[in-house]
Amino acid sequence: MANPSTGSGRRVLVCIKRVPDLGGEISLTADGMSVDDSNLGHTVSPHEEAAVELAIQTAKDTGGEATVLTLGSSDAVEQLRNALALGCTGAVLVEADASAYGPADVAAAIADVVREHERAGTTYDLVLLGNDASDTGDFQVGIRLSYLLDRPVVAGVSTLGVSGDRVTARGQSPDGGTEIYEVPLPAVLTVMEGGVEPRYPSIPGRMKAKKIKIEEIAPSGEPAGSGRVRLTLPPAQPSQVTVLGEGPEAAGAVVDLLEKLGVTR
Amino acid sequence: MTVLVLVETETEAEGAAVAEVSRETLTLARALGDVHALVVGEAPPAVVEQLASYGVQRVLVAGGEAYSSYAAAAWATAVVAAVRGGDQVTAVAAAGTPRGNEVLAHVACRLGVAMAANVVSVEGDAPMTVSRQVLGGSALEVMPLADSVAVLSVAGHACDPRPAESASSPEVEALQVEVPEADLRARVVRTEPGEPDESGSLKSARVVVGAGRGAGSADGFKDLVELTELLDNAALGVSRVVTSLGWRPHHEQVGQTGSRVTPDLYLACGISGAIQHWAGMSSSKTILAINTDPDAPMVTKAHYAVIGDLHEIVPAINEELRRRRAG
Ligand SMILES: Cc1cc2nc3c(=O)[nH]c(=O)nc-3n(C[C@H](O)[C@H](O)[C@H](O)COP(=O)(O)OP(=O)(O)OC[C@H]3O[C@@H](n4cnc5c(N)ncnc54)[C@H](O)[C@@H]3O)c2cc1C
Ligand SMILES: Nc1ncnc2c1ncn2[C@@H]1O[C@H](COP(=O)(O)O)[C@@H](O)[C@H]1O
Repeated sequence: MANPSTGSGRRVLVCIKRVPDLGGEISLTADGMSVDDSNLGHTVSPHEEAAVELAIQTAKDTGGEATVLTLGSSDAVEQLRNALALGCTGAVLVEADASAYGPADVAAAIADVVREHERAGTTYDLVLLGNDASDTGDFQVGIRLSYLLDRPVVAGVSTLGVSGDRVTARGQSPDGGTEIYEVPLPAVLTVMEGGVEPRYPSIPGRMKAKKIKIEEIAPSGEPAGSGRVRLTLPPAQPSQVTVLGEGPEAAGAVVDLLEKLGVTR
Repeated sequence: MTVLVLVETETEAEGAAVAEVSRETLTLARALGDVHALVVGEAPPAVVEQLASYGVQRVLVAGGEAYSSYAAAAWATAVVAAVRGGDQVTAVAAAGTPRGNEVLAHVACRLGVAMAANVVSVEGDAPMTVSRQVLGGSALEVMPLADSVAVLSVAGHACDPRPAESASSPEVEALQVEVPEADLRARVVRTEPGEPDESGSLKSARVVVGAGRGAGSADGFKDLVELTELLDNAALGVSRVVTSLGWRPHHEQVGQTGSRVTPDLYLACGISGAIQHWAGMSSSKTILAINTDPDAPMVTKAHYAVIGDLHEIVPAINEELRRRRAG
């Protein structure tokens, strides 16, 4: 059982978001409100991949469990299954059109699930999110969630360790050093990529993931929305590039240029 | 209208200064109305003087034990106190740094208002409409900030920092803040220093050899470092991927959340040219890209390019430089 006072069996909830996997050129839908993702694959942000890794590590280290949650369309089951294949043991889909949700709406929907699960006997010692989503980049869902749950929050965490009733979280300080926080559980942490290497799914992991039942929940309230009026793309600029060559044979032409610019020693 | 700007300071070789990204935010804020600045910790005379040169009309300083180490919630309490205490503060802005975005998210939540992160431009006032970077910078989102207080962070290097035409002579006031215990639940208890900051030599270099994910691993920088040694006053600069993966120290990062550089030559090796990277090096006089992908934005936006594997091309350039030097 998860119990902050016994120091074992930590329960972790990790929140991920299905987003288009952007390659080079992107185009918008006809109404200009979103990216046309009909020909794109989908993924979650690197920050969230790191958050999933930290959730699984924490669960394994303490003999606990990691549950993954997303608010999105039924297609987002793909991202939930991926997290299950890596080692999460429970998954929640709050089925809704994520584009109709602003950051405060998403935080409220996550808080509803946390409270609902708490009523059913599951308390999450840690809720992990990405520091910022790779599509909307709002930088705020985790912090808003912490207020709704009245839990402390640390943003930009790259590694963490749980001991006793506290979590030690490390992140980058503005001067490039490391900042260390010690925070009482339960807590909310937003994660930045770089501290841990996300694992790859194993074949048995994938098989196991297929059998796990995903809890589907309808959101309770109507979202207020993000306020988006439209998206715009930067104007395409004609390329003026002079290609000096291909491969190592171009070295002579490069050094000619370096000499012309007068930057060689 | 009055804009409250949460200002970040740094300690540079010459002493304390207002961070460049905060000066950019002050520049954008000045176009909207009167500017008040909030400094957390201490505001040494050099900082106040710099704020005056940016036309700041009032400098608030939140000091005391609660601010002796960083706690985002405590900073937010100071910002909210400054908003409530100021007459008609209708917008709060900070640079879109990790600290800036974090504190403003707390502030927006406490004020019960929306927050727009990484804004690049603002139009109108009642309501204010902002354009901000989304989708990793590939697109801008237009959104209104119609609440009683508009909360926005300003994307780094989206505008140039420009002092005001005439300096102001702001009052400096200690802000009285009651910091509740709960604000200090999540507080920095310890710090460990990073590698010594040598970004000064990066910012003043004539040539920046830029390196991105294409370097491949922490061991993939040998030839690039050698290239900096073969060129005149050259330094290594890297993309955020490189610092996030821990391949190189943070002070070498170029871009929106790193340094802005303006060398005579930027030699971008294995860097795709995302807008946040571009923001830190677009003013380079000449840009030469080395990339396996001829369609990478860095290649199409560069003046010169070589298509191919940097691990073959850079050693060949080094070899040729050595050969001509010897010859
Ligand atoms: C809020 C925010 C702030 C950010 N701030 C910054 C910032 O300050 N600085 C920054 O850099 N980024 C920043 N980013 C990240 C930015 O969006 C990009 O993700 C990042 O710049 C990409 O780094 P990259 O070009 O090294 O990697 P990638 O985008 O992965 O590109 C790698 C490139 O290398 C090429 N390549 C691969 N192998 C080779 C090879 N062997 N030889 C030659 N070429 C090769 C590929 O074709 C590709 O073009 C920020 C993002 C956000 C959301
Ligand atoms: N629709 C969603 N479903 C689940 N988690 C989300 C959703 N949107 C945002 N999040 C989480 O909140 C983090 C920060 O998002 P944002 O504040 O929008 O930048 C993301 O990295 C996710 O972890």
